[in-house]
Amino acid sequence: MNGMDYDVIVLGGGVTGCAAARELARYQLKCCLMEREEDVCSGTSKANSAIVHAGYDAVPGSRKARFNVEGNAMMGPLSEELDFEFQRNGSMVLCFSKDEEGGLQTLYERGQANGVPDLRILTGDEAREREPNLSDQVTAALLAPSGGIVCPFGLTIALAENACENGVEFLLNTEVQAVEPADGGYRVRTSRGDYTARFVVNAAGVYADVFHNMVCEDKIHITARKGDYCLLDKEAGGHVSHTIFQLPGKYGKGVLVSPTVHGNLLLGPTAVDVEDKEGTATTAAELADVTAKTAMSVKNIPYNKVITSFSGLRAHEDGDDFIIGESAEGFFDAAGIESPGLSSAPAIGAYLAEQIAAKAGAEKKPDFQPVRKGIPRVSQMDPEARAALIRQRPEYGTIICRCENISEGEIVDAIRRRPGAVSLDGVKRRVRQGMGRCQAGFCMPRTMEILSRELGIPMEEIRKNGPGSEILVKEGGEA
Amino acid sequence: MERRELICIGCPMGCPMTVDMEGDEITVKGNHCARGAAYAKKEVTSPTRIVTSSIRVDGGVMPVVSVKTKQDVPKGAIWDVMQVIHQTRVKAPVSIGDVLVQDCAGTGVDLVATRNVAAKA
Amino acid sequence: MKTHDIVIIGGGPAGLAAAAAARKAGAEDILILERDQMLGGILNQCIHNGFGLHTFKEELTGPEYASRFIRMVEEEQIPCRLNAMVVSITKDKEITYVSREEGLVTIQAKAIVLAMGCRERPRGALNIPGYRPAGIFSAGTAQRLVNMEGYHVGREVVILGSGDIGLIMARRMTLEGAKVKVVAELMPYSGGLKRNIVQCLDDYGIPLKLSHTVVEIHGRRRVEGVTLAQVGPDRKPIPGTEEYYSCDTLLLSVGLIPENELTRGMGASMNPVTSGPRVNDRLETDVEGVFACGNVLHVHDLVDFVSEEAALAGESAAAFVKAQEEAGKAAAEPEGHAVCLQAENGVRYTVPQTLDIRNMRDTVTVRFRVGDVFKDRYVAVYYDDQLISRRKKKVLAPGEMEQVVLKKESFLPYPDVKKITIRTEVE
Repeated sequence: MNGMDYDVIVLGGGVTGCAAARELARYQLKCCLMEREEDVCSGTSKANSAIVHAGYDAVPGSRKARFNVEGNAMMGPLSEELDFEFQRNGSMVLCFSKDEEGGLQTLYERGQANGVPDLRILTGDEAREREPNLSDQVTAALLAPSGGIVCPFGLTIALAENACENGVEFLLNTEVQAVEPADGGYRVRTSRGDYTARFVVNAAGVYADVFHNMVCEDKIHITARKGDYCLLDKEAGGHVSHTIFQLPGKYGKGVLVSPTVHGNLLLGPTAVDVEDKEGTATTAAELADVTAKTAMSVKNIPYNKVITSFSGLRAHEDGDDFIIGESAEGFFDAAGIESPGLSSAPAIGAYLAEQIAAKAGAEKKPDFQPVRKGIPRVSQMDPEARAALIRQRPEYGTIICRCENISEGEIVDAIRRRPGAVSLDGVKRRVRQGMGRCQAGFCMPRTMEILSRELGIPMEEIRKNGPGSEILVKEGGEA
Repeated sequence: MERRELICIGCPMGCPMTVDMEGDEITVKGNHCARGAAYAKKEVTSPTRIVTSSIRVDGGVMPVVSVKTKQDVPKGAIWDVMQVIHQTRVKAPVSIGDVLVQDCAGTGVDLVATRNVAAKA
Repeated sequence: MKTHDIVIIGGGPAGLAAAAAARKAGAEDILILERDQMLGGILNQCIHNGFGLHTFKEELTGPEYASRFIRMVEEEQIPCRLNAMVVSITKDKEITYVSREEGLVTIQAKAIVLAMGCRERPRGALNIPGYRPAGIFSAGTAQRLVNMEGYHVGREVVILGSGDIGLIMARRMTLEGAKVKVVAELMPYSGGLKRNIVQCLDDYGIPLKLSHTVVEIHGRRRVEGVTLAQVGPDRKPIPGTEEYYSCDTLLLSVGLIPENELTRGMGASMNPVTSGPRVNDRLETDVEGVFACGNVLHVHDLVDFVSEEAALAGESAAAFVKAQEEAGKAAAEPEGHAVCLQAENGVRYTVPQTLDIRNMRDTVTVRFRVGDVFKDRYVAVYYDDQLISRRKKKVLAPGEMEQVVLKKESFLPYPDVKKITIRTEVE
């Protein structure tokens, strides 16, 4: 490695960075992934539509088109290899008047050009036959059977765990402050010291422009485009079975109504450009907008079954396309990864890893282990297997989260895996503890106890997510 | 004559009561039972409350034991009682009704445990 | 598969009282399944006083009240499984539970008493805009952390919602040294008991702002403040009334929801107003032999009434098992005449929803809530169009459960009554 700390440093532990890390792990390369937060999947990857797009939106020939369609095709086999939840539920794009049907035709043609399989245009009645709750105003719809839904935490964490198991180092709580050219590579200055590498992968989400512009001649500019969402109780999860879009507008694919892989109903997102790259506060106006727009697509949505609302930031680049590949010698971008970024991540990761491996002349590792087993979802096992598992490890028999039926064993697994959960949100993203209808009202104290025991830290140091988010305050003195 | 409007805290009915005070003469209207009248008279002369809280337990299956003042204490003494509660630690086992502090904060009222906390095995 | 005569789902106040009453009524084979590690349910964290005035004629704290019933169950040697979480119940009364010691177990019950209680409405359901920092607790979660585990949850507190747990926690946090700045209530009246407003807020000078809500939560990692705004009659915030309160903690006391996942799972009909199952005057759901009581049936303000209701469910379950055993041997009870109870004109619901006037007990207590605050109103009972009783109430409020008692003999002149109506009336 001619004196370098690593062959490759990946900046960012979102889905793109983790996909790149996992694919790089196939090669004989010393890799590490740096993440500012305490856990992977802490930014855009944790708050998005959880959709695997079919690929009819992007302009033919664009990088979005290419990686979307490739990523979509990879998602099925990958979900089996890495054991995360993915369903091909199909998606529909609605139009509400004859004038708009040209727009639907354009999408159809784009889809054909992009290689999206099995697209069809349905009449309004045909669409309602498949989705009885669609609005009576729907006049036609584009059906894309290859559209799907995925657990974004499941995907990102599976990629991270598999990368970790195959030798990628994860440097968490490590904020990258500067990337500088160094002899034959780069020096990455971080909050925890400097590291050198021959290659850098820039998967820093809304901050990817910052790092790109430190290194590259041609400057890019990323805008954080905020989207607010509402998540509805599982009782509402069956309201639609497809992912329901409206015809896209200037700010993206519009507001959708979709089941999630866990059986909830997801509504959103809005699209508002924000100055603040940390600006994930929802607003009353946008939440009202979610309600108004989704009501146009789908009838009788039970809005009183909302269990939570949240917002996420999309990394929108001015050029309106992904920036992927070697932007400066040895500096590989995965920048401007907004929708369909989640769908594209596996393909982007594979592409970048191939490019870097070729440039580095790295061979594949003979002992790469592509298969990762997820944490057992005890409540979904058949009774005999569940009983056997509890006999083997009794903590799978202690239910902590009663809404989602999550056992102590699953929470312990979430903490002990690498990279593991170190906070309540980390546990929640791995095993869904507290993600049910009571939103952790009952199980939060118990989960905190388990975190305290497993991590060997006092209860007062247990956090929701990251420094400053401690749940309890210490006796006396200041918080 | 002084008149005060009170809501009875004697029981969950929460009767709205009117109390008229004329020297030592106190008349109560609006109560539905004798407890209400007694409460109203006390409330306008020397109001009292039962204080409930919890105390640290060493070596128990729970870290704290819930407690109460065995009788009501003057409202003005609540903070003194709380100070004693915060400064007190007890050893498990503790049983319901155990007197944990005698004559709490000089009120003449004992502080008693309101639950059992067994010693840790 | 093991069979039990009566299986009681939940070892809180409702389950314990049901078990004790079922035993008293002659049931021998009773089993209580409790998901927590101790009996007593939510009473364990309700360390304040005010329980038991009705049941024991003395004022007890929550743990003391629970201990009385726990002792009864222990003395009767009614078996309990702790840490046993029921995951499903079938229409045929097969119960599957999971526990650390036993793994996954399925048992058969002849009768079931549902006593799972309720949960708190979370923040998400309110859709409050802003960040999602640490420091937002439902009042009951904070109550558990403070009262049972001895932790501190915050120093400067705003409470949204004036439900009883929120009021109780306002006092509790104050006594623990926190500054409770304000309690905001969306409605123009409090959802809690009047006595709690007096002794939890007024005693400590904590302001209660009616017709106010939280319109924004500030702080990325931990709550730094909230913005309150006044709401209009449509309950929508009035622009220009926003007021910022700095705080590190937001407690929510915005309602309780019966926990009926198991009830729905077995296919029992539900009442959308109570979010509990529909029941008859024996508190039996429309799944035969499955009874419900306590907060799983409808949310109560007073545990004393939970105990009373649960005792009826326990007795009914015991009678059901006995009747099944004696079926064929004894004379069947006369054919029933089930009459629907209708809530009307300000009365939001009734429990029970049907009443069998031929086989009913001598008296049946019908519990209900009103939908708004009413002053000097009558509560009227009609059998079909015939006014049967009218009682004037000085105050009726949604936060306080009301009841009327119907006597069996009162139906003698009306053997063919089709409908019982309970309504409020101005004159």
